[in-house]
Amino acid sequence: MASSNRTFDLAVIGCGIVGAACARAGTRAGLRTIIVEGSLAGGGATAAGMGHIVVMDGSEAQLALTLYSRRLWQQLIPELPEAAEYRSCGTLWIAEHEAELELARRKQAKLAGQGVACEILDARQLMEAEPCLRPGLAGALRVPDDGVLYPPIAAQWLWQQAQNAGAVMRSGAIVTRIQEQAIHVAGGDRIQAGAIIVAAGSQGAELIPEIPLRPRKGHLLITDRYPGFLRHQVVELGYLQRAHAGTESSVSFNLQPRATGQVLIGSSRQYSHDRAVEPDVLSRMLARAQSYVPRLGDLRGLRAWTGFRAATPDDLPCIGPLPNRPHIFAALGHEGLGITTSLGTAELLLAQMLGAEAPIPAGPFQPARFFIETSPAGHA
Amino acid sequence: MPETFTVFINGQPVTAGPETSVAALLLRERMVNRRSCAGQLRAAFCGMGICMECRVTIDSDAHGLGCMTFCRPNMKITTL
Amino acid sequence: MKTGSVTIIGAGPAGLAAAAAAAPYATVTLLDENPGPGGQIWRAGAGTTTAAAELWEPARQAGAQWLGGCRVVAADAHALLLENATGAQRLPWEKLVLAPGARERFLPFPGWTLPGVLGAGGLQALVKNGLDIRGQRVMVAGSGPLLLAAAAFLRSQGAIIAGITEQATRRQLAGLAWASLVSPEKRKQASGLFRQLRGVPYLTHCWVEAAEVQESSHKNSGWLAAVRLRRGNRRWREPCDWLASGFGLAPNIELARLLGCALAPAAEGRPSSIAVDDFQLASQSNIWCAGEITGIGGLELSLLEGRIAGLAAAGQTALARRWLKARDRQRHFARALARAARLDAELRRLPGDETVICRCEDVPLGRLREYHSWREARLLGRCGMGACQGRICSDITGWLWNWQYDTTRPPVTPARISTLALMAANAEKASSSEFIL
Ligand SMILES: Cc1cc2nc3c(=O)[nH]c(=O)nc-3n(C[C@H](O)[C@@H](O)[C@H](O)COP(=O)(O)OP(=O)(O)OC[C@H]3O[C@@H](n4cnc5c(N)ncnc54)[C@H](O)[C@@H]3O)c2cc1C
Ligand SMILES: Cc1cc2nc3c(=O)[nH]c(=O)nc-3n(C[C@H](O)[C@H](O)[C@H](O)COP(=O)(O)OP(=O)(O)OC[C@H]3O[C@@H](n4cnc5c(N)ncnc54)[C@H](O)[C@@H]3O)c2cc1C
Ligand code: FES
Repeated sequence: MASSNRTFDLAVIGCGIVGAACARAGTRAGLRTIIVEGSLAGGGATAAGMGHIVVMDGSEAQLALTLYSRRLWQQLIPELPEAAEYRSCGTLWIAEHEAELELARRKQAKLAGQGVACEILDARQLMEAEPCLRPGLAGALRVPDDGVLYPPIAAQWLWQQAQNAGAVMRSGAIVTRIQEQAIHVAGGDRIQAGAIIVAAGSQGAELIPEIPLRPRKGHLLITDRYPGFLRHQVVELGYLQRAHAGTESSVSFNLQPRATGQVLIGSSRQYSHDRAVEPDVLSRMLARAQSYVPRLGDLRGLRAWTGFRAATPDDLPCIGPLPNRPHIFAALGHEGLGITTSLGTAELLLAQMLGAEAPIPAGPFQPARFFIETSPAGHA
Repeated sequence: MPETFTVFINGQPVTAGPETSVAALLLRERMVNRRSCAGQLRAAFCGMGICMECRVTIDSDAHGLGCMTFCRPNMKITTL
Repeated sequence: MKTGSVTIIGAGPAGLAAAAAAAPYATVTLLDENPGPGGQIWRAGAGTTTAAAELWEPARQAGAQWLGGCRVVAADAHALLLENATGAQRLPWEKLVLAPGARERFLPFPGWTLPGVLGAGGLQALVKNGLDIRGQRVMVAGSGPLLLAAAAFLRSQGAIIAGITEQATRRQLAGLAWASLVSPEKRKQASGLFRQLRGVPYLTHCWVEAAEVQESSHKNSGWLAAVRLRRGNRRWREPCDWLASGFGLAPNIELARLLGCALAPAAEGRPSSIAVDDFQLASQSNIWCAGEITGIGGLELSLLEGRIAGLAAAGQTALARRWLKARDRQRHFARALARAARLDAELRRLPGDETVICRCEDVPLGRLREYHSWREARLLGRCGMGACQGRICSDITGWLWNWQYDTTRPPVTPARISTLALMAANAEKASSSEFIL
């Protein structure tokens, strides 16, 4: 095989949206790049995610990474193909009652402090903005510049950009082992590269066992086409609390308008390795969505599926070199935000690899925080 | 149910019976029920609830299955 | 005394036979998405045909319950999730007989999406459900014995049959006829059909190359105007009001797959079916399968399989055993017929790059050439993502490129969100939307 004898500057393992973005960034930096994908490119978590491009403020670092990434997406929008279905629908963070509206105000202050356009809607304004919601909700925080896209096509576009710039794509090749400057592919092949990025999604821990990734399963269900039914991505404000409550399985209200007129209904969280759609979780999730949008009950659901978010203990991704093997870089652990943060991850990683100035502080994302022996005290 | 009654297709009264499915009625009237997502005209195809081509607005249901739904008095069918 | 309860899904010949056989020994519930029993062959609009009534009446008198007009949209090891026009319901089950029948197989050609082009069984079903085709010209095209049955029925309803085209060659058909000669019932049926179709052109090794659209000035603008036919080197045009086209049948396996029933070993060029043992028991305990779901076999085989499944599910194995031989004989004919029916490779060339393959999402053949698997075509090309969930196009891509349809998940058919919210055993009851049995 031609590719295996050659030496590359950069080998990216995994062609989900994160790997595709890294490969594109690599070729843009002039690196001879190979992408090695074990199964179907874009067929992992990237095929299952909602594709909400969203600013999230779970922590300072998360806010910095999502905001930076959203800016990068906005720069790309004019170039994306129509099939990537980008729509700037904005996010409505729903406050169910007065106490939550207070939370919304605090969130607004925090986002506005970072220069994020956002506004508080009162009950009446909320009903005007999104008439399908049930009456009686206290209000919402609207973040108008959030958007949605179709992740598999966005990922495909990213890796095609890399390919057009000379990157080699090697699909159907499962990486079994990584060394300092080489990777081993099932079947005995060995690929040499100056640097290696592990972007293997929830399977990343198989290659870098020090990073404690756990698959956090999510359910989604999509409806037939109902153009005009929903205008914004609508999420309950308690989403983060519910999402990370740490209980056995949690469901929260999260609705997304697709460019096709379909409504994508989310979502659930539970630690699990089992792909099966669980009737119990699915029906709880749908009941919750219906409690916010009563007319949703009459829409027809076409298909349900599950996906795995790669979760880390501190809910931040690993973006940086391994402390014990500096030529190996992790781009792992993006949990429920990897579509959004793929672009920012790629830039942040390349900056570290090339010794350039980091666009946002890289400290909180260092894999070293999970390498107990080698990480300096207090770093975790 | 009476032997024949009136249903409305796009507001126009049409006579139908309880033994007639919505899809059969539309074919009888040579009315296309929907446009495909790329804009092509489509009418019932499989006749047995599989292909979903006969989807049409029946009363308030935007994607009623025309071939599996029988006419009822005053039913409102909205096509395209 | 009755022991246990048997729930039967599908009220065609197999399901009705199962109900009749099981009803004396078990508490039977028979359910179907159509308003009355009969299935495809004994369909009677909102009523019941005599043939269906002959099986249903004794079952009913033995206490069997009828649940019409409701669809099974999901199922697990304990309960079925049913939806009807107004509500939904979780129905617990103990023993299950799956008899959901088959759908038609369709092959694409330019114009196959035009209004006025239907399945052969499809047009028949719509006429049974109230479409009046008296005096209208119908072209019947495709493959298999269903074409004859559909043409004879349509003719009996006043249609003018412009012709029947069968893609198989005369020699292949001679093989088929030989296979069916061994079955007296099949021989009787065939000669009866040909008698009813006297005077109708029946063309072998002939197919529709394209369907033409009515011009914009015509009152039926946008509808089918004519078909272009081909037989060897001869090509000609045949005006018609309707095209009834089908290429045999494919088992409805989705619900069985959802319940974990294993597939029968794949037979080349034939659609998948569910594996069963001698007593029609599937790979899952307490689930029996009967009729076309176990492989296309026609009326007699479906009746026998239904009877055996019904008796076995009701715990009457000894009684069921009596019918095994007759069933095996029918199954033997069915297999011989299936082996003889081959689709001409030339048919693969009919669709052009612009011909839509996935009708729900309007994905044309040219686009699909970019992909290498069903999953890739779904994910990147939206093929099979629409309301039918690939039921029409996956048969085609399977035939064109041997792509395998991958997984079945709930819901198995589009269902209201309010219905799906009831899927869990402990779902909070949305009592307003529930219907009472
Ligand atoms: C934004 C968005 C919009 C979408 N819109 C639609 C839509 O409009 N219509 C639609 O139908 N889908 C839609 N999807 C879903 C889409 O089909 C897939 O992304 C979905 O995640 C997985 O389904 P799949 O059929 O592609 O793959 P799967 O069938 O899940 O296959 C995944 C792989 O895992 C294996 N696998 C899956 N389940 C099991 C199991 N239980 N046991 C063993 N192996 C298993 C399969 O064999 C396969 O190799 C959408 C997805 C996204 C992200
Ligand atoms: C239900 C759900 C909803 C979500 N919603 C959103 C959302 O709205 N917004 C958002 O931003 N994010 C969302 N996400 C998160 C997002 O989908 C993921 O974070 C993102 O897709 C991760 O991309 P990835 O490239 O890291 O992983 P993946 O897409 O899983 O890609 C990893 C790739 O690596 C390959 N691979 C793995 N191991 C090997 C190996 N050894 N050798 C070769 N190849 C290998 C795999 O085959 C795969 O293709 C959601 C996730 C889920 C599950
Ligand atoms: S005509 Fe195919 S589903 Fe109704």
